Amino acid sequence: MFAFLLRRFGQAVIVMLVISLLSFSIQDQLGDPLRELVGQSVSEEIREQLRDKMGLNDPYLVQYWRFLKNALQGDLGTSYFFKRPALDVILDKLPATIDLVIAATFWILLFSIPVGIFAAIHPDHWFSKLALSLSILGISIPVFLTAIFLIYLFAVELGWLPSYGRGDTITLFSTWKTSLLTLDGLSHILLPSISLASVILPLFVRLIRSEMMEVLESEYIRFAWAKGLRRRRIWFLHSFKNTLLPVITVGGVQIGIMVAYTILTETVFQWPGMGFMFLEAINRVDTPLIVAYLIVVGLIFVVTNTVVDIIYGLVNPTVTLVGRPT
Amino acid sequence: MNFSLERMRRSPVYYSFINNKVAMVSAAILSTLLLVSILAPFIAPYDPWDQTAFDIMDSEYPPIGSSGADDRFLLGTDDMGRDMLSTILYGTGISIAIGIFATILQAFMGISIGLVSGYFGSRLDSFLMRIADIQLSFTTLMVAIIILAVFQAAVGLNSYERYALLMIVLVIGIAEWPQYARTVRACVLAEKKKEYVDAVRVIGLRPMRILYRHILPNTFSPLLVISTVQVANAIITEAGLSFLGLGMPITKPSLGSLIRNGFDYIFSGSWWITFLPALVLIVLILTINLLGDWLRDVLNPKIYK
Amino acid sequence: MSLLQVNNLEVEFPLLSGKVKALKDISFSLDKGERIGIVGESGAGKSVTAFAILNLISKPGRITNGSIWFDGANLADMDRDQIRNIRGNKISMIFQDPMMTLNPVLTISTQMVECLQAHRNLPEAEAKKIAVEKLRAVQIPAPETRLDQYPHELSGGMRQRVVIAIALISDPALIIADEPTTALDVTIQAEILQLLLELCVNFNVGLILITHDLGVVSQVTQRTLVMYAGSIIEQGPTRELISSPLHPYTQGLIGALPEQTTPGSRLNQIPGVMPSLQDIPEGCAFHPRCTLAVAKCQHQIPELKGKTSRLCACHLVDDADA
Repeated sequence: MFAFLLRRFGQAVIVMLVISLLSFSIQDQLGDPLRELVGQSVSEEIREQLRDKMGLNDPYLVQYWRFLKNALQGDLGTSYFFKRPALDVILDKLPATIDLVIAATFWILLFSIPVGIFAAIHPDHWFSKLALSLSILGISIPVFLTAIFLIYLFAVELGWLPSYGRGDTITLFSTWKTSLLTLDGLSHILLPSISLASVILPLFVRLIRSEMMEVLESEYIRFAWAKGLRRRRIWFLHSFKNTLLPVITVGGVQIGIMVAYTILTETVFQWPGMGFMFLEAINRVDTPLIVAYLIVVGLIFVVTNTVVDIIYGLVNPTVTLVGRPT
Repeated sequence: MNFSLERMRRSPVYYSFINNKVAMVSAAILSTLLLVSILAPFIAPYDPWDQTAFDIMDSEYPPIGSSGADDRFLLGTDDMGRDMLSTILYGTGISIAIGIFATILQAFMGISIGLVSGYFGSRLDSFLMRIADIQLSFTTLMVAIIILAVFQAAVGLNSYERYALLMIVLVIGIAEWPQYARTVRACVLAEKKKEYVDAVRVIGLRPMRILYRHILPNTFSPLLVISTVQVANAIITEAGLSFLGLGMPITKPSLGSLIRNGFDYIFSGSWWITFLPALVLIVLILTINLLGDWLRDVLNPKIYK
Repeated sequence: MSLLQVNNLEVEFPLLSGKVKALKDISFSLDKGERIGIVGESGAGKSVTAFAILNLISKPGRITNGSIWFDGANLADMDRDQIRNIRGNKISMIFQDPMMTLNPVLTISTQMVECLQAHRNLPEAEAKKIAVEKLRAVQIPAPETRLDQYPHELSGGMRQRVVIAIALISDPALIIADEPTTALDVTIQAEILQLLLELCVNFNVGLILITHDLGVVSQVTQRTLVMYAGSIIEQGPTRELISSPLHPYTQGLIGALPEQTTPGSRLNQIPGVMPSLQDIPEGCAFHPRCTLAVAKCQHQIPELKGKTSRLCACHLVDDADA
C-alpha cells in the first residue's frame, strides 16, 4: 500500500510540474503585469526599470523557478481585478463549487444505481425501456441547454425557483460557507445541481446497466444460481460488486468532465463558484487568476484520480495496490 | 471489395435498418438537416453573415403564429434584427461542419498513430500510448477552453474571429486523437495474433501494405461506431465553447453562439431567440446518437458498450 | 427406486430464425450412489441436459416437454422457491472452468458459507467449521488459511477442489459435473477425477459426469450415455460400451482414439461433422456420416431400445437383434 502511494505521489508531482510549467508559459504570454500595475501614462524608461526590478527581464527558467517557489508557499500571484492574492480569491469561491458538485453527485448516485440495476435485471420492463430512452435524450442535451430549459420552466414561467445566485449560506468551521444547510440555499442549488447531473446521470445509468447485464451472463453468476442462493443476494452482492469495478474506473474519468461542466453550469446560473470566476477572469484577461485556477484545478484533478485509484484497489481484490494486478 | 446494390440489399445491416423505425427516422431527419445546411446559401431567405443586411429596427419579432410577428421572418428575428431561419440554417451548417472536420482530423491522426503503434509495438508503442493516456486524462472541453481563451486574449477579437473555426477544429481534433488510436490499436493487436498476418508476412509483404490492405479493413466496424459518438461529442463541445464565448463569434454564429446570444432574452419574453437554435441542436445530436446506438447494436451486439 | 428419473425431456430454443430443439425425447434414470457419464461432441446436448435438471438453461431456452422426477417431485414443474431448495442442497453442480466459476471479488469463505446458510439456519462460525471440513475432504492443504483467500490466489487445480467442496457442502444426493477437468492441466486432471470418484464412493453421492473425453468416463463412471444431435443414441455399462460399442457413431468415437491407431498411420476420423441443431437430417441424425447406413436410416428415426441394460438407437442393431 505504501509503495503504491509513493508511486502515485511521484506521478502526481510530475503532473503538477507539467501543469505549472504550462500555466507559467501562459502567464508569460498573456497580458502585461506592468500595465495593470502602473497604467498607461508612465514613461518607457521607468517601465524598463520597473521590469528589471520585478525580475521580468530575467531568463525564462529563473522566472519559472521563482514562480514555482512562490506557488509552493501559497503565493500564486495577485489578481488584477480583485486586487487580492489569487489563491485567496479561489479559496473564497471553492466552497460554492464544492456544494454544487456534492449536490450533483447526490442526484447521480441516488438515481443511477437503482435505475441501472433494475434495467439490467429486467431489460424488457417498460420502465427499463423508458429509462433507456430518457438516457439517450439526456446525453443528447448539452448541459447548458438543460440549465436554460430548467430556468425557463421553473424560474421564468412558473416562478417556483430562483434563477441565479446561491442564496443564504451557513459558515462552518469559521471559514467554510455552505448553502446546503439553509432552505433558501437548497432552493437555489436545486436547478443548478440537476443541470450538472443531467448529462452524467444517464451515462451512469447506461454504464451500470450494460456492465451489470454482462456480469449477469457470467459463469460465476450461473454458479451462484446453481448453489441455490436467494435472488437478492445474487443481484446485489455477487453481481453488483463486480459491476462496480468498471463503473469506478469510468466514474473517475467523469469527474474530470464534471469540472469542465461546472464552468458551463455556473455561467448559466451565475453561481459564484470557481468556474464562473474562471470565465470572468478569461474575459478580463486576469492572468494571475487564470493561472492560479489552472493550478488548483490540476491539483484537485490529480488528488481525485489518486483517490479513485485507491478506492478501486480496495474494492478489487485482484489488484494489490502496488499498481500491478498479480 | 466489390460492391453492388443487390448485395447491400441482402446484407444483415440493411435488414436491421429497414426494420428499425428509430434508425430510419433518425437517418431521415439527419439527412434533411445535412441537406438544408449544405444548401443554406441557396435556400436561406437572407444572408445572416452580411453585417449590412439587417436592421436593428427589425429586432425581436416572434415566429409566425404569435402575435406581433412579421411576414418577412418565418421564425422571427433575434436581438440584432437577423432572420432566425437564416441564422439557424447557416448555424446548423457550421455546427455540423466543425463536428465533421474535427472528427476527420482526429480520425486521421488517431488511426495513423494507432496502426503504427499497434503494429510495431515495443518502445514506440509504450511511448505513444503514454502520451495518449496523459491526453485522455484531461477533458477536451477543459483543454479547449484554456487554449481558446489564451488564443483569444493573445490575438485580440478581430484576428480571433477570422481563425475561430480553424482553431476550434484543430483543438478538438488534436485533443481527441487518442480515442481513435486506442480503438485501432486494440484491433491491430487482435488481428496481429491471427494467422493470416503471419502468412502474409512470410510471403514477404511490406508492413505498410499489410497494415493498409489487410489489417485496416478489419477495423472499419469499431471505427464506424466510435465515429458517430465522436461527431456528436465534437458538436456538443463546440456548442459549449460557443456558449461560453470561446467558440464561433456572433458574426458567424454556430448553434451554440446563437443560444448564447439569445439567453438573456428569455427573461424578457423573447424565448425563440434561444429555443429555436436549441431545438435544432438537440435534434441534431439526438439523431446522431440514435444512429450510433443502432450501428453499435447491429455491427456487434456484445463487444461495444 | 431410482434417485433421478428423466422422462421424455424436450428442450427448445426459440431463436429469431425459428425454434430449435436442443433435446429431443431424452429419458434415463440414475440410482442412489450411481455414477453415469454423458459423452458426445460439442453441441450434442450434454450440457443442456445437465442444466435442464436444475432449470438453469440459458435464456431463451426452456423445457417444453417431459418430466424430471427427483425425491418424489417433478423438478420441471417447480416454482422458484422449490427449485432453489434443490439447488446446491440436494443436487449440486460443478462447472468447467474454476476460474470463471468462482466469483473473483468474494472470499472462499463467503462463497462456501453462503451455500450452507442459503439452505439452513447456521451461525457463521459453525458454517465455517463445516467449510474447513469439506476443504480437508477435497485434500486442500492448510484448509483454514484458504478461507480468507480470493480465487485468484489459488492454482487451477485447487480452485476446482474448492468448487467440488462447495458442491459437497450441503451433503447432496447427486452431483452434476459439466466437463470438470477440461480446463485443467493434464497432470491435474487425473488427480481431480480420482478425487471425485473417491468422494462419490465414500459419501454415496450420485454423479452425472458430462464430458467429450471417453478416457474420463472410463475412469469414473459405471454407466455411460452417448448423445448425438440432441438424442441419446446408446446407453450401457461403461466398460462394455467402450470395449464393444453397438452404435456406429460410438464405434467411430472409440476408433478415433489415438490409442486405437497404429503409430505412423492416419488417425481414424468419422467423416463429416455433427449437424447443427437447425439442420438435423431426416431419419437417423447420424446417417449422412454413417458408413453402414441403409435406405431405412434415411427416413425412419431409430428408437432407443435393447434387451438388458444395453440400449441403442440404430436400425442395424435393432434388425440384428430381431
